[in-house]
Amino acid sequence: MEPATSSHGLDELVACHDCDLLHRREPLERGERARCSRCNAFLYRRPKDMLHRTLAYTAASLVLFLVANAFPFMEFKIAGRTQVGHMITGAAELWGEGYAFLSFMVIFTSVIAPLFMILCLGYLTAPLIMGWRPPGMITVNRLIGHIQPWSMMEVYMLGVIVSVIKLGQMADIVLGPAAWAFAGLMFTLTAAIAIYDSGVIWERLDADAGKHHAAKRDRRLTGEATS
Amino acid sequence: MITAAAAGLYVCHDCGKLSRVADLPEHPDCPRCHAALHLRKPNSTTRAWALLLAAYVMYIPANLLPVSTIVYLGHGEPDTIFSGVKVLFQTGDVPVAALLFFASICVPMLKMVGLTWLLLTVRFRWMWRPKDRTVLYRLIEIVGRWSMLDIFVISILVALVQLQALATIHAGAGAVAFCAVVVLTIFAAASFDPRLMWDLLDEERP
Ligand SMILES: [Zn+2]
Ligand SMILES: [Zn+2]
Repeated sequence: MEPATSSHGLDELVACHDCDLLHRREPLERGERARCSRCNAFLYRRPKDMLHRTLAYTAASLVLFLVANAFPFMEFKIAGRTQVGHMITGAAELWGEGYAFLSFMVIFTSVIAPLFMILCLGYLTAPLIMGWRPPGMITVNRLIGHIQPWSMMEVYMLGVIVSVIKLGQMADIVLGPAAWAFAGLMFTLTAAIAIYDSGVIWERLDADAGKHHAAKRDRRLTGEATS
Repeated sequence: MITAAAAGLYVCHDCGKLSRVADLPEHPDCPRCHAALHLRKPNSTTRAWALLLAAYVMYIPANLLPVSTIVYLGHGEPDTIFSGVKVLFQTGDVPVAALLFFASICVPMLKMVGLTWLLLTVRFRWMWRPKDRTVLYRLIEIVGRWSMLDIFVISILVALVQLQALATIHAGAGAVAFCAVVVLTIFAAASFDPRLMWDLLDEERP
């Protein structure tokens, strides 16, 4: 058997990443998900309008991210004195106290990883919608999967709520514009990540490779015909 | 019923593409995304055990050392994870106390004990309910991030309560150890390969 035809056969199969069982790919309805018949792991899906919806939520996330990092997050009022905290104040304060590891983990999971997700999702979806291929698509599509578990905004938001309740006993807490923007960001970025499907990007790359291959074959065939 | 490995196929861990073992060189890269290909995660159990043991070791200072100290009117009160939760229960913030109890005490324990058990079942080739064990593994992966809650709370308190003589909150060395436990268990869970649990079953039923 020719290698090309044997690799074509592989495209019709999909393996479960949790139990390794092979399944034949079956066409799905829009919005449907395929699951492993043995361990129920998610296999693949056919999302509705993935690129446009991901980009919409990503664009909203970028605006909210900028607001969340530019404006005061919380004000703490006690005995006539006011302390203002920004998004990065906690990490800066921990750094100042000599806790470099804690400082890094806080800033990485609450600021850097979410920003990275926003930039990567925008970098992939915006050009693809306009019909051109951004350079480094493969690397960016892989990186998204590796960074995503470290974006922990929803946990941070819960931390804000716990802090407000804890400090509320000893002082007045006023939430600033950044806190509201961050709450919104939590929803928009979670939605963008949930809608984004790396499989769609891989299929596009496969389709490009297929076209490239066919074009080369056609050139060769027409070349042979004219000579 | 045949697995990809039994069919002689690599599954790319990053993009899911299948490629034939026979078509590729000895240490192959994925033809689509260039990630390194393996039939199973390399040295999966050794790595997971090493990271897990490190997490157990760090768990001791994480619980013995103070995670934060509240200095109120010149009088310092160090809090460990456990004493912090206990104080919240006593002052009547039961929902917050329950939340922190779950995120800071239950979740790390569940992760470490759960992963230890999964590794033991693979080590001693126990066949017990692979589907339920796979669900447990997914749960461990999903729930792990929530233990960062206490670290975030400390960072926010440290940022806001800096009123020199009146009231100040400092982080403690226990928080560093606790954060290390969270990170180590996340890496340990990622190193474990759930397909090892199913391989035993597939060997038994050729
Ligand atoms: Zn499966
Ligand atoms: Zn790949």
